[in-house]
Amino acid sequence: MIWINLAGLGLITLIVWWFWLYKAKTSEVQSGSIEVRVKDGVYQPANITIPANESVQILFFREDATPCAEMLVIPDLEISETLVLNKQVTVTVPASPAGVYPFHCQMQMYRGALIVK
Amino acid sequence: MNNSTEVNDAEKSQSCCCSAKKQQQVSSEANCHDNTIVSDDSNSVSEYHLIIEGAGCASCVGKIENALKSVLGVESAEMNFAQRTVLVTGNASEEKLIKAVEQAGYNAKLSNSESEEDALEEKEQADWQYYKKLMREMTIALTLGIPLMIYSLVVGEMTVTTFTEQMVWLAVGLLTLGVMVFAGKHFYIGAWNSFKNHSANMDTLIALGTGTAWLYSMVVVFAPEVVPLMARHVYFEATAMIIGLINLGLALEIKARGKTSEAIKRLIGLQAKTARVIRDDKDLDIPIEDVLLNDLIRVRPGEKISVDGDVVEGHTSIDESMLTGEPMPVEKTEGDQVVAGTINKSGAIVFKATRVGKDTALAQIINMVKRAQNSKPPIGRLADVISAYFVPVVMIIAVVSALAWLNFGPSPAVAFAIVSATTVLIIACPCALGLATPMSVMVGVGKAAEAGVLIRNGEALQTASKITTMILDKTGTITEGAPKVTDIIVAGSQTEDEILLLVASLEAGSEHPLAMAIVESAAEKGISPKKVTDFASLSGMGVQAKLQSKRLLFGNEKLMKQQGIAIDQFLDKAQQLAAEAKTPMYFAVDAELAAVIAVADPIKSDSIEAIKRLQNNGIRVVMLTGDNRMTAKAVASMVGITDFVAEVMPEDKAKKVAEYQANGEIVGMTGDGINDAPALAHANVGFAIGTGTDVAIESADITLMRGSLHGLADAIAVSKATLTNIKQNLFGAFIYNVAGVPFAAGVLYPFFGLLLSPVIAGAAMAFSSLTVVTNANRLRLFKAKEH
Repeated sequence: MIWINLAGLGLITLIVWWFWLYKAKTSEVQSGSIEVRVKDGVYQPANITIPANESVQILFFREDATPCAEMLVIPDLEISETLVLNKQVTVTVPASPAGVYPFHCQMQMYRGALIVK
Repeated sequence: MNNSTEVNDAEKSQSCCCSAKKQQQVSSEANCHDNTIVSDDSNSVSEYHLIIEGAGCASCVGKIENALKSVLGVESAEMNFAQRTVLVTGNASEEKLIKAVEQAGYNAKLSNSESEEDALEEKEQADWQYYKKLMREMTIALTLGIPLMIYSLVVGEMTVTTFTEQMVWLAVGLLTLGVMVFAGKHFYIGAWNSFKNHSANMDTLIALGTGTAWLYSMVVVFAPEVVPLMARHVYFEATAMIIGLINLGLALEIKARGKTSEAIKRLIGLQAKTARVIRDDKDLDIPIEDVLLNDLIRVRPGEKISVDGDVVEGHTSIDESMLTGEPMPVEKTEGDQVVAGTINKSGAIVFKATRVGKDTALAQIINMVKRAQNSKPPIGRLADVISAYFVPVVMIIAVVSALAWLNFGPSPAVAFAIVSATTVLIIACPCALGLATPMSVMVGVGKAAEAGVLIRNGEALQTASKITTMILDKTGTITEGAPKVTDIIVAGSQTEDEILLLVASLEAGSEHPLAMAIVESAAEKGISPKKVTDFASLSGMGVQAKLQSKRLLFGNEKLMKQQGIAIDQFLDKAQQLAAEAKTPMYFAVDAELAAVIAVADPIKSDSIEAIKRLQNNGIRVVMLTGDNRMTAKAVASMVGITDFVAEVMPEDKAKKVAEYQANGEIVGMTGDGINDAPALAHANVGFAIGTGTDVAIESADITLMRGSLHGLADAIAVSKATLTNIKQNLFGAFIYNVAGVPFAAGVLYPFFGLLLSPVIAGAAMAFSSLTVVTNANRLRLFKAKEH
């Protein structure tokens, strides 16, 4: 039984590490724009590094028909945009100071972050 | 550039949403999306519709066509001069095409022929397709799940003890796998992708829950000996039922969600599709996207106004109720403004386009409502924080629950552990939490827009529901904002019209609001002022002049007394007029009192009633004005306001707002949005009150599209109703999860022997978010008391 308990504790540690402690890889914006696919339940890429105090364009392309994926919200930048299915929607991120700006769908099931450096 | 986002130059140049249509299949499927042409070679051909501005003569056609044809990659360029559009085919980028036209001396823009209405239809079509897909998947899953469920209820435990049972359940297990693949694939793919991204969502919980139940069951089927005899149950029915029920819940949610955006659909539906422009003396019906600034547009009775503009010909009445909530049609004649989306009722007019495309008031309103519908009030922030940690926490609870059953549970502990872990994973519903606030905001903001109230964002919506003091500016807010002559009391032998002619002649050159009121009043009666001589302004008292041989004198009591003119018998009357919030003035001809003229800014017909509505809601209403105390007192008492502050300079209005705030009040300030801008900005919620659609939409937290103060009461009523709805949703979603998860983990088992079935958990989860959306939809039935 002790091994089962240890395995359980190990699993909990793994959950904590994987979902909260692990620093996810980020994709960098170059030439002022980056494309993000909304597909199969996630934003790809989900974590995007953008330069501070520079406006960039994020080209969202939604392939996921789930209505949840329809709305893109960047609350800290007061941006909300309807992502039309199978069409590219350009979201202009204004020049912003350094910080982390999460973006997500209305229900927060699709999640990503703009890391402004 | 990141690998996943690598695009070649052609893609970058052509990737915007344009009317380019695919002419030729491009080589890479991954790069081809609808009207976006992305090529790995240079052979792809696109069509562009350009709208040309500044092309005034037919000779421009050749010049523009040649300029476009000279661009590398352009195969053909054909201009329709009447419509001022060019159809270009080729593989040049739109930027190059526009530049070429500009170099030729014209302006060009890409025609976005897809209207918002088309986009909305497309979205509805996509939602419908997705709904059908989910219903199909639900049918597949329940076709297996329901018979299994009935079997388990009728026959009892689904155990594996004999070889035959092993074979039968193996077949059922494989069928369940089929259900998972054909009806639940999206959950597993979504879960895996989220996992790779180090995030977790609803898919994660469903995939883990159904996956655990299926895997355990398959272990029981393949190797029953590794599981204690008592625990050799299979849970295939749970897997199939959960997938079916959650698909059903999602499908019903799509239907319910569609209703939450009815208000925006209605606004988008107001936009006309075509406009009848007059070009080269001919009437042409063209899409509104192609209407240019300064185009002349003809509108017949019963037709919609296509873009914003100024009437240049004709007279009509226009129904603006769809935008302002004001039921009475508005008279329009030459020089008046008309607004896109309103309906021409009676006459035919021609107007000149002054704002087109995204600049029209209607487009801005739609944009603002859309933005506000997706913004979140502060009340939703806690739910956001919880949502961010929710799924991993539920996963940890599931592990802890399984360990607790394995360590302390009765026999068969392993079965209890599996059931409780699965049920915990399935019952937890992050969606309900996530949807609680946005769904209500969406309906609430839309509902407000229907009443002519534009709410800027969720924060304004929330604060408006808590206002304790409402400060109203007097002029233009409580009153019409346009002084008018209300009384002419004749003292001598002249008629009213004769007096009006003389006073209007005297005041014709003055820009004082009272003078303008008199001149306007004369003009309304068709009286044209005459030319006066020896005009003199008597500072702070009035004016004097000569008309032919008559000496005219117009001013206040002080002026009359100074000139020795007897007014005693009219003093009582003058005081009575002042007490009625009117300003009495005296008019003398040749040193004899000829009349007492009263000018007043009339109170809006429904101000009294609307103020009463605010007061009945427990809001303290305060009037702020730059006028003298006597008039202010009179106006305040007429509209039922006891708190008023008079003689306030415009720049001091913000200070007054701050004083109320310092006393702990949550202050709403209502003014015209331009003169009162600092005070509006200082208030907790600034309300800009407009007349018609000529409003500064961006100037305040909440914009009232019509002049009536009922809009104010409506705004507060809608915000209160929305906040109540959000609270109900959040409370429901919190309670559901806080109570459901421990129940699923089995905390009631030691006391009552109760343990939740995973199937019931699946049903509860599927319908919890549906309940939230349905509750938000209840707001659609909300009606402000007066409307």
